[in-house]
Amino acid sequence: MTDLPASSAGSTTGVGETATHAAAKPMRERLVWLIDHFKREWQIYVMLAPMIIWFLLFLYKPMYGLQIAFKDYSIFWGIVESPWVGWEHFETLFNNSQFIRAVKNTVIISALSLIFGFPVPIILALMFNEILHALYRRTCQTIVYLPHFISTVIIAGIVITAFSPSAGIVNTFIGWIGIEPVYFLTKPEWFRPIFIGSGIWQEAGFSSIIFLAAIAGVNPSLYESAVVDGASRWQMMWKITIPSIMPTIIIMLIIRIGNLMEVGFELIILLYQPATYQTADVINTFIYRQGLQSGQYDLAAAAGLFNAVVAFVLVMTANSISKRVSRTSLW
Amino acid sequence: MQNMNLYSRGDRLFVRANMVLIGLFTLSTLYPFIYIAAVSFSSGFAARAGRVVLSPVDVTVAAYARVLSEPQFWNSYGNTFIYTIGGTITSLIIIIPGAYALSRPQLLGRRFWNLMVAFTMWFHAGMIPFWLNIRDLGLLDTYFGIIIAFACNAFNIILLRNFFESIPSSFEEAARMDGANEFQVLWKVFVPLSKPAIATITLFCVVSRWNGFFWAMVLLTDEGKIPLQVYLRQTIATLSDDEEFSSTLIDAPYSVETVTAAIIVCSIIPVLCFYPFAQKYFNKGILLGGVKE
Repeated sequence: MTDLPASSAGSTTGVGETATHAAAKPMRERLVWLIDHFKREWQIYVMLAPMIIWFLLFLYKPMYGLQIAFKDYSIFWGIVESPWVGWEHFETLFNNSQFIRAVKNTVIISALSLIFGFPVPIILALMFNEILHALYRRTCQTIVYLPHFISTVIIAGIVITAFSPSAGIVNTFIGWIGIEPVYFLTKPEWFRPIFIGSGIWQEAGFSSIIFLAAIAGVNPSLYESAVVDGASRWQMMWKITIPSIMPTIIIMLIIRIGNLMEVGFELIILLYQPATYQTADVINTFIYRQGLQSGQYDLAAAAGLFNAVVAFVLVMTANSISKRVSRTSLW
Repeated sequence: MQNMNLYSRGDRLFVRANMVLIGLFTLSTLYPFIYIAAVSFSSGFAARAGRVVLSPVDVTVAAYARVLSEPQFWNSYGNTFIYTIGGTITSLIIIIPGAYALSRPQLLGRRFWNLMVAFTMWFHAGMIPFWLNIRDLGLLDTYFGIIIAFACNAFNIILLRNFFESIPSSFEEAARMDGANEFQVLWKVFVPLSKPAIATITLFCVVSRWNGFFWAMVLLTDEGKIPLQVYLRQTIATLSDDEEFSSTLIDAPYSVETVTAAIIVCSIIPVLCFYPFAQKYFNKGILLGGVKE
């Protein structure tokens, strides 16, 4: 509280002067200043209040509730009154082969999505950039952006229909080349390709927007002088476009690595089944089953806390790296 | 690059090959939609046998007749509209003034409030404490719970705050001279100047509301309150598990596949109607979002 008036110093002229003085003067005057400030500026606090209350009630209160990760939670006793058990739930988790498997699957699915999914929007953006026919380009863009706006349930519905053993189009296709129908969604080895493939189908087009924007920002005089030198479009793409958008590529890559713990678990919940758990079950689906379906709230909350802490560390690391990269690569 | 002449044969070849590849990618993006639409208009028997590839086989609207005659379909469709419209309006009512307050230099503890909002982008308590909290607040199984519990998100707030901060103070001075208070300045100066940013967050809200399914599935048990996406999921799950349904299908003109496809088509139509309007903004929006923090 003590540095509050000082923190607003250097804002609007009149307020700023009072504030610098107030910092050196006794309590009473600071109080007078505060009352005066709220009398004049109460409106912005009225505007701020609903949002802050919302954050406290819906995002910070659950953080307080996270303590059940260290408690033997019972609905009867409630969050605060339930007895403490220390690290017991974490010990249980790390001795639980299902949880270990879920952690592994989270990292593997994330890493595979990154390896196969990350280059696609970059390639798409580079290709869109080479299309000279404006209408053709706009039409194609409109279509490839569309799946981003489609709900996960619909994506799952399409996947389930398309990969169905009797009716699905995929089995019809492979039937044409003489392969027996496969019930893909019950095969553990097929889960990840299907999941990652549908992810690319849904997001690659839309993710290319950020790279297209980077390409649009490339200095046109670079291309002009390259044309004078007789460079081909292929050469210009490799020698000008790609190096110019490299900072964007690196930053997007770092952000993606920072979000490694985030796997699209909603789609997994819709597509997986006990037969494919061994390759499909990730931390969030584990939490969903243990917590919301089996009612082991404390254990599931512990798994969630583990996930959140790892994610936090990764995101923070990624943020600080990306700040360093973007600063150095700008100059 | 647009107006450059194509000098060499290699360039021309490159551009053509590129057009073909993009065309193929576009078609493969489009194909699942065409396939689903074709299935939805095919007979259950043809769909079951896997005979639908590109266009409907034994054209029929039986699947639509079944879907549209289901009262629960219309009910959940209506609920989706309630959640989308109610949720988006609630978001805007909280976010616009909140982001404006955060952008004001005279706000005491401004850094603290900003950090409080931004922190939630990096750390989240997780599914279970969030769910317990909703339960303890008595918001399980309520329209209000779904609408209010997802009203804000840090990304949208920061996006809008950044936009407000980028507006030069000279714009508001005239209004201040006329004795406008903060609400009037926000409403008459900042909101009109921020149309692209507000349109962008509106778009984000509408899309996430329309598509939202996980929390609706988890928080709502009353069949009467579920949105379309949850209904779609239930239909897929129950129809495929329902032995009786499958056995009656031998002579039924529809099947699990065609009914599922018909619901999918019905649920995509509003997105397609909204899409052209949205398209104008999402390019801008992504770029606004790109400069976060």
